[in-house]
Amino acid sequence: MAMFENLSDRLGASLKKISGRASLSEANIKDTLREVRMALLEADVSLPVVKDFVEQVKQRALGREVKSSLNPGQQFLKIVETELTAMMGTENQSLNLAVQPPAVILVAGLQGAGKTTSVAKLARYLQEREKKKVMVVSVDIYRPAAIQQLETLAVDVGAVFFPSEVTQTPRAIIDRAMQAAKKQFVDVLIIDTAGRLHVDDQMMTEIVDVHKVANPVETLFVIDAMIGQDAVNTAQAFDRALPLTGILLTKVDGDARGGAALSVRHVTGKPIKFIGVGEKTDALELFYPERIASRILGMGDVLSLIEEVERKVDKEKAQKLAVKVSRGRGFDLEDLRDQLRQMQDMGGMSGLMDKLPGMGNMSQLAQQPGVTNQFGRMEVIIGSMTPSERRNPDSLNGSRKRRITQGSGTTIQDLNRLLKQHKQMGKMMKKMKGKGMRNMMRGLMGNVNSGMPRL
Amino acid sequence: MNNPSGKETPLVRPTKSFLDRFRRASPASSEKRENTKAAGLRGALSRTSQGLANLLLGAKVIDEALLESLETTLLQADVGVPTTDTIIRQLTTALDRRELRDAEVLRAELRQILIDLLSVCEEPLDLESIPAPAVILVVGVNGVGKTTTIGKLAARLKGQDRSVLLAAGDTFRAAAVEQLQAWGQLHDIPVVAQHGGADSASVIYDALQSAQAKGVDVVIADTAGRLHNKNNLMDELAKVARVAAKRDSTAPHEVLLVLDAATGQNALAQMEQFSNTVGVTGIVLTKLDGTAKGGVIFSLADKYRIPVRYIGVGEASCDLRPFEAEAFVDALLGAGDAL
Repeated sequence: MAMFENLSDRLGASLKKISGRASLSEANIKDTLREVRMALLEADVSLPVVKDFVEQVKQRALGREVKSSLNPGQQFLKIVETELTAMMGTENQSLNLAVQPPAVILVAGLQGAGKTTSVAKLARYLQEREKKKVMVVSVDIYRPAAIQQLETLAVDVGAVFFPSEVTQTPRAIIDRAMQAAKKQFVDVLIIDTAGRLHVDDQMMTEIVDVHKVANPVETLFVIDAMIGQDAVNTAQAFDRALPLTGILLTKVDGDARGGAALSVRHVTGKPIKFIGVGEKTDALELFYPERIASRILGMGDVLSLIEEVERKVDKEKAQKLAVKVSRGRGFDLEDLRDQLRQMQDMGGMSGLMDKLPGMGNMSQLAQQPGVTNQFGRMEVIIGSMTPSERRNPDSLNGSRKRRITQGSGTTIQDLNRLLKQHKQMGKMMKKMKGKGMRNMMRGLMGNVNSGMPRL
Repeated sequence: MNNPSGKETPLVRPTKSFLDRFRRASPASSEKRENTKAAGLRGALSRTSQGLANLLLGAKVIDEALLESLETTLLQADVGVPTTDTIIRQLTTALDRRELRDAEVLRAELRQILIDLLSVCEEPLDLESIPAPAVILVVGVNGVGKTTTIGKLAARLKGQDRSVLLAAGDTFRAAAVEQLQAWGQLHDIPVVAQHGGADSASVIYDALQSAQAKGVDVVIADTAGRLHNKNNLMDELAKVARVAAKRDSTAPHEVLLVLDAATGQNALAQMEQFSNTVGVTGIVLTKLDGTAKGGVIFSLADKYRIPVRYIGVGEASCDLRPFEAEAFVDALLGAGDAL
């Protein structure tokens, strides 16, 4: 993931222009909008879609009052993400199989999109989660060994395989498969088709014909998440040829940003119903728009982190601390403990890191006992001090330190490290005199956005 | 609905007037159609070039708007933001310097810039300099057309009077071995295969051993498609290359990364990761017969200076062609059709 800067990084410079303004205006968001445009293009969102989207964000952002606890930059990001999610469709939509069985599902797409694998995954999904009896059949009479591939996969997932031959016509295969499905009381019949280019008239005519004969209740368009600008052309052509009911996005387990999802959704207006997330037959998931929205922006879940900070930071305590610091009294260990607790309320280090872009590995690291316990240990040390020691850490002499470390089961080094960190935080506090906790958090968010949070 | 690509909308440029069409056929029936494909590359690519050609011909004066629509066209060809910026900047500088005010000159300038960019990629696969058996390892993400490319490449090499052996190294995907065997049968080329789920490295080792024994000229090794961000699968691929080197310390002589022309900016990540793992020495750009423009190779050329060995412009055996920068750019700019 290190290859991709996240959106907040790349917006950094242009966001600074917005910071400190009371509201977002056309003049101060111009550069930022350009950056959004570039970010979306780099995520492979198709250009016409990018243009529509940027215009929409602009309309939304203009004149927006900047909320107190978020800086204007963060607020702008939030608008971008909200709009993106709205464009992706607001909620998950599952398959509609409420017809007289067999309910027919037809899958179509370009070569190499992952149709056959997706058919097997769908079969398994319907069998396991919806307790359906599923039959699969291939009308791919062109690609060598395509029918065999489906047969192997069908056996793997335990679906009924209806054999077909390359010498048969797709129409004949479907007729026979339908009869067999009825006879065997199959609930769902999934038809795998040959990959085809949308500019190949002959092949597009064929699939229209296949659709007519099969009369499917669901027609799914399978598309590779790694596809670039051509996504709009392809999706539009398939959408015009066939009455698509949904989209299945494959290879989402790669590191492509998946801008195609947005393009395809936008030009067809059809919901993305499933995503393929691996090579195994169980690697099929329902699609949740907000997750892909974050991914396209390369933001991880920064936005829900922002929301959580807003919700969980204890405003009263923050206020008290602010007053205290502003009166010239120091930031003491009691205050440090409050902050540690608030951090832990937000799910601790690993919880925080999970939500950050490109931090997947870091959160695993943070789960190692040493790192997770660090907060806990700091709290324990502070807990072993007397109230007056907490208020006045300078009073800690050798014998007090020994007592505290024995009481908390820690070492002098741990205690000294804590005191040093406390001193650093105190200095930071003084710098931000009078702004208090809210800015602390803002400062933290700033660090978060530019990589590792400094603790 | 007979002609799904014919209806126009603002998002799609007309795609009807290309010279030649590639219709689908099984490899078995493709042979007889090969002769009719003479106009292949330009036919296939001209579809992708209507935009640029129309754009430049319609314009009388060169202004901001024209440059911007040029930028748009490059971006829509997946050229990518940084490379598009570079190209546009070069174009602007050239224009400023010479104060040219003519769309035709602009076109020539653009053509030259694009050709210069791609010329580093024009380096055909040279099998003569490799002591037989030359080992070609074919890698890439899932569904880019590795096996099909191998089928076509094998037919091509055989047509050049080379003996070829195929190694069915994709032991993971269902029926991948059968798919390669079908190509082998079609062109009468031996295929070394083991059972599904076998160790890919051992299949290739076997193939190499057999090739050495029989004095075969070229071994082409298929591998399972894998996403470049899966460490375990990439490690497996590294092992394949390592094991091949045990049989012949100079193998694999050529590592071909197969890229789907429709791929967006992720192609850069694919190139990066596969290079780190097995040292990619050449690219094959497939599926150029759709509306995908394959513009991402401009970014690749810019960043990695990697040779593009072949391009795939259709499904028949003859539709794998050596890459030529000038022809590629001309096809993209629609030189023939436009003038």
